[in-house]
Amino acid sequence: MSTAGEQDADLSLQEEHESKTHRTKRRDGERQKKKRRNERRKGGTRPETSEEDDDEEEDSDKDVVRPECLSPEELEKLKEAVDERKKLIQSLRGKPWPMKKKLVTLRESQEFVEKYEGALGKGKGRKLYAYKVLMTKKWMKFQRDFENFKTACIPWEMKIKEIESHFGSSVASYFIFLRWMYGINMILFGLTFGLVMVPEALMGRPYGSMPRKTVPRAEEASAMDFAVLWDFGGYAQYSVLFYGYYNNQRTVGWLKFRMPLSYFLVGVGTVAYSYMVVIRTMARNANESGVGDDNSFNFSWKMFTSWDYLIGNAETADNKFASITTSFKEAILEEQESHKDDNIHLTRFLRVLANFLVLCCLAGSGYLIYFVVRRSQKFALDGLENHTWWERNEVNMVMSLLGMFCPMLFDVISTLENYHPRVALQWQLGRIFALFLGNLYTFIIALMDEINLKRKEEKVVKFNITMWEASLYNGTVSENSTAPPVTIHPADVPRGPCWETMVGQEFVKLIVSDMQVTFLTILIGDFGRAIIVRFLNYCWCWDLEAGIPSYAEFDISGNVLGLIFNQGMIWMGAFYAPGLVGLNVLRLLTSMYFQCWAVMACNVPHERVFKASRSNNFYMGLLLLVLFLSLLPPDCNLIHLQWHSKRLILCNRLAIYYLNTVSKGYQQANLDLKKKMKMVSMNFS
Amino acid sequence: MGTTASQLSKESLSEYQSNPFKERICQVFSTSEQKDGSLTFEDFLDLLSAFSDSATLEIKSHYAFRIFDFDDDGTLDCADLEKLVNCLTGETNDAKLSSTEMKQLISNILEESDIDKDGTVNLSEFQHVISRSPDFVSSFKIVL
Repeated sequence: MSTAGEQDADLSLQEEHESKTHRTKRRDGERQKKKRRNERRKGGTRPETSEEDDDEEEDSDKDVVRPECLSPEELEKLKEAVDERKKLIQSLRGKPWPMKKKLVTLRESQEFVEKYEGALGKGKGRKLYAYKVLMTKKWMKFQRDFENFKTACIPWEMKIKEIESHFGSSVASYFIFLRWMYGINMILFGLTFGLVMVPEALMGRPYGSMPRKTVPRAEEASAMDFAVLWDFGGYAQYSVLFYGYYNNQRTVGWLKFRMPLSYFLVGVGTVAYSYMVVIRTMARNANESGVGDDNSFNFSWKMFTSWDYLIGNAETADNKFASITTSFKEAILEEQESHKDDNIHLTRFLRVLANFLVLCCLAGSGYLIYFVVRRSQKFALDGLENHTWWERNEVNMVMSLLGMFCPMLFDVISTLENYHPRVALQWQLGRIFALFLGNLYTFIIALMDEINLKRKEEKVVKFNITMWEASLYNGTVSENSTAPPVTIHPADVPRGPCWETMVGQEFVKLIVSDMQVTFLTILIGDFGRAIIVRFLNYCWCWDLEAGIPSYAEFDISGNVLGLIFNQGMIWMGAFYAPGLVGLNVLRLLTSMYFQCWAVMACNVPHERVFKASRSNNFYMGLLLLVLFLSLLPPDCNLIHLQWHSKRLILCNRLAIYYLNTVSKGYQQANLDLKKKMKMVSMNFS
Repeated sequence: MGTTASQLSKESLSEYQSNPFKERICQVFSTSEQKDGSLTFEDFLDLLSAFSDSATLEIKSHYAFRIFDFDDDGTLDCADLEKLVNCLTGETNDAKLSSTEMKQLISNILEESDIDKDGTVNLSEFQHVISRSPDFVSSFKIVL
């Protein structure tokens, strides 16, 4: 097929090699025209060398077409044929043909294109054209290798695949979500670390040079104690981790780095990036998963799409069979029952009662948090050393425990309601969402009072400082002397509390305690339960593994919500404590490894699977809402009207972006519908 | 590339023993003359390509249709659907649906998907149903 032509021997050999062994070329959607063999063509038209070519070529070179001997219409027809072949090559990937047929067609088409494209090219530009073709091929190869490299770099891929094969795609989707969150947090951390923490640490005024950067004399003795550091007091408080450390000097260091501007812009950048990423993912999901929420193919979908081909484990497969059977039977029953309606009044009454109970729970938990925060303020005024560990960490513990027990309560209440499981799950998630939100906002409101108190204190202290400085000056220096000014060690300067640092500290403590509670819950709830069931089973009267309590199932929705709210708190606190994002990165990392181990070791696959929504957009929507709500308090603190209107403009733009992307999906669906209607009408006629 | 001497038989695909359609998958992708469901390397490539992440919806639905078509007649009629349901509900007897339930189920399915009301589901009707489903592409996937 290819000659070992004298002039471009290595080029033709390369092509031969490529066409024979690189089947992977077909994985690209685009075919590239092969480099034309200029010299061979030139050689082929000369009578002297035609015999050599004849001996080695399969294609007869009497087929070599010369542009001069073709009429314009024939040229036109040839061009069309070449274009058609090229289109065929490009669309070959989407055709459901067997491999052999595809390979043969590909080879034929490529030969055809190559043979006749040469005839269409003009004489002078051939070399340049060939060069361009070569470079394009090299570029595509580079792109493909880069894609492979990028895929190989995705972290934890094998772990997630293993979980997928054991537990199905819904549990694995939680871990994919966790990995995505980790990526976002890494980027935010990179921004914060590179543009805020590092410049301040390297180029800002060092520790001890200013009052706000130094541990006060009174606290110095205990500043290095582990207990104090664990509470983020002492040396940790006066470090780059918290807002209070950052000076308001306009530029720092020899680079004249504008620190306050950078701090502010990083905050804005965090917000903008988070919005963009969440909305982009939502739009992509909406596009992929099709349009609307129609139930028109309920039974067909159950039949044709319910099996999860990723399952490779026998136990999971058995569970899947059972769940499919149950879902069939339920659907049939529902269909029959929808024709009769009984006692709708009782159902309605029970549902109203259930909602009332849930509201009571929410109000109760809100009041409890408010009460506890007020109590902790009293403790702080008394001095923290006089109280036990529980009393010092009361607020965080109460919030975490409420987050653990209230959802269980909601679950029990929802048995009154008698909804379809998917609807019940959505109600449950909505209630948990309301719980978390209510708790968070109560916490912030309670914190607001404390902030206001501290600001008053600060004013008083500032006033006192000016009085004190004045008295110092007046007391030690007489009017006409030129003695050097009095220097005071920064640790001795009385200073007021920095409320921003305090807020940052509260958030950090909250996150840490939340993490502790989560890990403990998994350790005790899942692991402890598994051990008890396994070992107590030998000496117990009934089968612990098959009946109650048996092994735990992985709580997807609870974990996803926990992740979303954790991220909300990070967004809220990141402005006051730049180190918070770094802490979150660590938390997500340990969470990933810990939960991957826990799920494989202690959990069993679900008996019945109900997803909360068709696509992951339900959770993405929650994340967006949490993002919006969690960025309100810091913005209120910035107290700029301009800022609010800018945010409105930003909101509008993002909404437009989202709607635009979703509308493309709708357009596609419209086209599909038109096609189907045409097909149906053809069938009927 | 593999020669005809290197054939993969059904039993050696142990990873997919838990798949209820394992026999049909092998039959559909096999190009051997003995019709015993054994696969050459190229057939295996075909299989992986159809089930891979980057295969289009058209390819997946085409092959899914062929897998579900137990009698290979080009349409899904009542017998095919019944066999399909039995595959999905597992092997044990108490898991099977009773005959009334089965009839109800099949009539519901035909009501939903059979557009031209000829009592069978052909390829284009099948593709229409599948294209509206959000779960199909993500579940019709085998990744090694």
